[in-house]
Amino acid sequence: MAGMTVIVRTIARLLFPFTFLFGVYIVLHGHLTPGGGFPGGVIIASSVVMLFLAYGIERAQKKVSLLHAEVLESVGGLAIVVLGLFGLLFGTFFLQNVFPLGELGQLFSAGNLPLLYLGVGIKVAAGILLIFYAMLFAFRGGEE
Amino acid sequence: MKRVLTFGMVVAVGALLIFTVSTDLLPFGSFPQRQVGEDIKNAIGQQILVEAPEDTGSANVVTSVVWGYRGYDTLGEVTVLFTAVVGVLAVLRAVGKRE
Repeated sequence: MAGMTVIVRTIARLLFPFTFLFGVYIVLHGHLTPGGGFPGGVIIASSVVMLFLAYGIERAQKKVSLLHAEVLESVGGLAIVVLGLFGLLFGTFFLQNVFPLGELGQLFSAGNLPLLYLGVGIKVAAGILLIFYAMLFAFRGGEE
Repeated sequence: MKRVLTFGMVVAVGALLIFTVSTDLLPFGSFPQRQVGEDIKNAIGQQILVEAPEDTGSANVVTSVVWGYRGYDTLGEVTVLFTAVVGVLAVLRAVGKRE
């Protein structure tokens, strides 16, 4: 896959930061506004996929390789479980909200909910990217 | 003959199911309330709406249900996603290697 024309490349390059930022916003404000880790992760993943489609797999792979995506997905899943274990550490239940709740409506509030959603966002974004990579490699002949 | 019999049985069982359900239905247009006590304000949905902001500190009630009240459920959801990704990777890598 060699990439597309100059027009598509320019538009993709201009749109990528905004799309990525919007995904990060959706993930980080999951406890304040509608949204959260699942839709935000998909938006982040689709912004990277747009870059892949415009620039071709060879150049995009230098930014986010298959290994990066695999490691990020595992880190996201691990972060959720570790955050859940904090509840046991403080003497209550698994996944109990043990961090200070803060002021309602602020960005740094609601204890571990935004952190859990951050883990979900990383995990979903990396997972969708991994599926995209797998399809790409499967239908071009298995050179990894 | 057999086909007619099967069709008749399906219709009979379906009619029976619909009849048994329809005798137990609430009147049309009424919203099902799960009352805790006598008071209608104690319905579970209403209780979550009132108490979620103080319980979890989250302004978004959906989030407080998804990660605050039902954290295990969402952890399972994440596990399902992980399993799906691993399955897709396993299958498509095998396809890629063979060609």
